[in-house]
Amino acid sequence: MNDALLRDLVPAVIGVLVRRGADFAAAEDAVQDALLEAVRVWPEDPPRDAKGWLITVAWRKFLDATRAQTSRRRREEADALHEAVAPSPPSSFDDTLQLYFLCAHPSLTPATAVALTLRAVGGLTTRQIAEAYLVPEATMAQRISRAKRTVSGVRFDQPGDVGTVLRVLYLVFNEGYSGDVDLAAEAIRLTRLLFALAPEPEVAGLLALMLLHHARRPARVVGGRLVPLAAQDRSLWETRMIAEGVEILQAALARDRLGEFQAQAAIAALHADARTAEETDWGQIVEWYDELVGITGSPVARLNRAVAVGEVGGGRAGLLALRGVDASLPRYAAVVGYLREKEGDLVGALEAYGEAVRVAGNLLEREHLLREVARVGGRVRG
Amino acid sequence: MAKYLLLKHYRGAPKAVNDVPMDQWEPDEVTAHIQYMRDFATRLEGTGEYVDGQALSPEGTFVRYDGEGRPPVTDGPFAETKDLIAGWMIIDVETYDRALELAAELSAAPGAGGKPIHEWLEVRPFYGVTATATE
Repeated sequence: MNDALLRDLVPAVIGVLVRRGADFAAAEDAVQDALLEAVRVWPEDPPRDAKGWLITVAWRKFLDATRAQTSRRRREEADALHEAVAPSPPSSFDDTLQLYFLCAHPSLTPATAVALTLRAVGGLTTRQIAEAYLVPEATMAQRISRAKRTVSGVRFDQPGDVGTVLRVLYLVFNEGYSGDVDLAAEAIRLTRLLFALAPEPEVAGLLALMLLHHARRPARVVGGRLVPLAAQDRSLWETRMIAEGVEILQAALARDRLGEFQAQAAIAALHADARTAEETDWGQIVEWYDELVGITGSPVARLNRAVAVGEVGGGRAGLLALRGVDASLPRYAAVVGYLREKEGDLVGALEAYGEAVRVAGNLLEREHLLREVARVGGRVRG
Repeated sequence: MAKYLLLKHYRGAPKAVNDVPMDQWEPDEVTAHIQYMRDFATRLEGTGEYVDGQALSPEGTFVRYDGEGRPPVTDGPFAETKDLIAGWMIIDVETYDRALELAAELSAAPGAGGKPIHEWLEVRPFYGVTATATE
């Protein structure tokens, strides 16, 4: 059994332990211990029923940990726990969904919700999560245990909000990949699991959005260089992933409950549809940005809309569409540079790109913008 | 082994030999420069001398405590600030001479015209944390 299949079982196993009476934090620790044992034992002695094995071992780990406490409490709690064992098979679907809600609980900050989701739902080790986020393992361990304390009082049977779960998964997806864990692929895996449990249009929208973006990844960074959409080698796009994303999106849109992730996925799908950058249907993309702005009022959506307007109506139209958009947004200066160059204002474009380099939010973007400065600078000098 | 911090400055270091500002380079020269820095770090990982490295945004702010219950006071950025760090790399090497050798190699990163920048880098030794036994 590969690592991802093993980790698919984690949330359901935690759910079973919680149903049997373990508190969430202890259940989560016990399942992590059971995973470590699985990695050690299974290569030699694979179980017939992987999930049953994990439940049995995790429950034993949980009882061991509980017994290891003070002798007086030990006897009382162990008795109570043995009584708490549920005889009927638990409904693991509901349990898993509850786990998603708990890990994305509104009382958690986004960073702690992300860490807790990756560990309790994703089954990643603290070390893997720490490496992915480039922080020391001890720091990540603290972040996770604080998160567990924060949600320790939350009852497991309270219904949650799928919207908060989607935002957490989208954060994981956007972190991309550093270290040996591919967080984008992990986010897709977890969103697929969620979609199976909660087949709502917006869950589908997020899954489609992730697939459509992920499909372009081989073309997005080539040789350590960021390649903008218009310049990407479209033969590198993963067509099967695009087809899957489009199919999921279309089924969701047919249900006529539009949301922000479906609108974003629709824009991504229109880009994916174009065989060349020139064939892009920018008119439809502007319409989808109008929907997105209508739904979210997001300034980032308005910024991106201005680019699409510029593609339809020229640089001046794009710059007009920027009116009233917050100039302190990341990438604002880069958009201004792009639209000014389109309009033919090279000196203005050079100035804006220079500013964009200064405020760039990440290194790949900064390096890309430095090349844009050099390129436009060359045009200005003739 | 001893750790050294190699500091690269946006401002504040003596003037480099090949001192053409980056906005006057060709796009390919920008790419070659970035690739050189990346290859350098990869090579040092290979020799077991690389510890860490980061690039910093030039947009910084000065902050100080302003008393109990009051929000922090911020100031800047100051256009006239003499010293502005662009990035750093930590290396762990056998000797001080090796640290200088590596810093010089980094300073040879290509700039305008594909020629080495001969940029000045600052080399700062870390204080050790292990108490040395002296009898």
